[in-house]
Amino acid sequence: MATKHARVAARFMISPAVLLLLGWMIVPLSMTLYFSFLRYNLLMPGMEEFTGLTNYRFFLTDPAFFAALTNTILLVGGVLLVTVVGGILLALLLDQPFFGQGIVRILVIAPFFVMPTVSALVWKNMFMNPVNGLFAHAAKALGLQPFDFLSAAPLTSIIGIVSWQWLPFATLILLTALQSLDQEQLEAAEMDGAPWIKRFWFIMLPHLARAITVVILIQTIFLLSVFAEILVTTNGGPGTASTNLTYLIYMQSLLQFDVGGGSAGGVVAIILANIVAIFLMRMIGKNLDA
Amino acid sequence: MARSVSTQRKLVTTVFAWAIGIAIFFPILWTILTSFKTEAAAIADPPVWFNFHWTLENYATVQERSNYFRHFMNSVIISGGSTLLGLIIAVPAAWAMAFVPARRTKDVLMWMLSTKMLPPVGVLVPIYLLFRDLGLLDTRIGLVIVLTLINLPIIVWMLYTYFKEIPGEILEAARMDGATLRSEIIHVLTPMAIPGMASTVLLNIILAWNEAFWTLNLTAAKAAPLTAFIASYSSPEGLFYAKLSAASTMAIAPILIMGWFSQKQLVRGLTFGAVK
Repeated sequence: MATKHARVAARFMISPAVLLLLGWMIVPLSMTLYFSFLRYNLLMPGMEEFTGLTNYRFFLTDPAFFAALTNTILLVGGVLLVTVVGGILLALLLDQPFFGQGIVRILVIAPFFVMPTVSALVWKNMFMNPVNGLFAHAAKALGLQPFDFLSAAPLTSIIGIVSWQWLPFATLILLTALQSLDQEQLEAAEMDGAPWIKRFWFIMLPHLARAITVVILIQTIFLLSVFAEILVTTNGGPGTASTNLTYLIYMQSLLQFDVGGGSAGGVVAIILANIVAIFLMRMIGKNLDA
Repeated sequence: MARSVSTQRKLVTTVFAWAIGIAIFFPILWTILTSFKTEAAAIADPPVWFNFHWTLENYATVQERSNYFRHFMNSVIISGGSTLLGLIIAVPAAWAMAFVPARRTKDVLMWMLSTKMLPPVGVLVPIYLLFRDLGLLDTRIGLVIVLTLINLPIIVWMLYTYFKEIPGEILEAARMDGATLRSEIIHVLTPMAIPGMASTVLLNIILAWNEAFWTLNLTAAKAAPLTAFIASYSSPEGLFYAKLSAASTMAIAPILIMGWFSQKQLVRGLTFGAVK
């Protein structure tokens, strides 16, 4: 049992981390909340005044907000669908015995380490460009019309780019979970004549359920904040076709200098992220007891 | 693996797995290849694969035109600095929580984690204004502070899960032998904690190196790390594929290598111990 002396020392050692994070949370958060009730534009200094919920009313009734919310849901949902389904399939494949497992694993996880601005620009210019991109070359070789991905299907293209970045994450976690599966259970089922699909559905998938939930929750937290990929590919356009909430708030605050409106948007974004966060925290908390 | 698999099936799996692995890796491979081409060869139709005139010219041009080295050093300083600072703050905290758990330790850990769930855009405005007023915009020190704070919960969590695995009896034995807190930490704990700390450092450098929200929003020309520097290629320079590729290759190479070494710890660090 810890002595009183040790407990005092422990509290002393924890406090810098706690105080810093507390400051990092409370100071900017209360500022965001405060600004969100003000009419405050950086281009009109000295004109700040309290306006109640006006910023929220403008932000929430702006057609751009509805578009951004839809895009955010489509972006998060699309990437989750691709990465979770793809991740399960890839994990199942990489779990099989084959030659060069280590190397293939390294190839598959590589995209996760590529910085977002690099992957977005490489895809945008070297693959999706309608004149010089590899996809355009391939289309021409097949006698097809090159497709202008980022103008004709901006959101889908961004979903593709982001999925490429996150597929390794899902694969790696699902593979780790799959490898902890009790092999004897699978063998027993196999000997009892259960076909592969049944073994997958009744043994592997339930075993993976927890890991899948973790992947979905953690990715959602990060995917709600996709920013760099949009900034360097489409700038949210054409129109608002590829603007997500993060990008909309960025535009409002730092491009239109509307501090009040941007802050109201920030509060909305925080509330949305918290809904996801509550579920994630519960899962991790449960694990902490085990 | 107790199950025996026929060689034939193993061969089929091998071909299939390699094909998919190469397909996923292809954009990176293509970027690396393109960085050694001339601009004309980079956009050649049909594409040239290996039989082109290999040149290092792009690397030299990128450095000459934009002082690439400066941005590279910004990335090194920002990711290294924030990791070091984070470690100094997190090691004592994680040590205390792992070895002197109190009633509320779990709550503190969960609360720390919850700060990570805060969407950065929610505090973009106040941070931007605070930085402007404090003269921290476009400075390395400003970014070191922000990245330390956003990654601190991950560092504390990772260290905590590693420290947790060190048996407490050893520390008690040292204490019985009259070791002071100081010597307990230096001579008993540190040697056992080094592997866990190394992977924490590695993962954190990767995360800080690739961070692309704050680095893009809080820097201009001076303190811009590679994430922001590469973003400046979005137009029209990005159409010079060979130079874009050279700049990109240099930006991702160090982290790609580090990442491959840390793949096991990645799972643990990014899932906060929920999947091991």
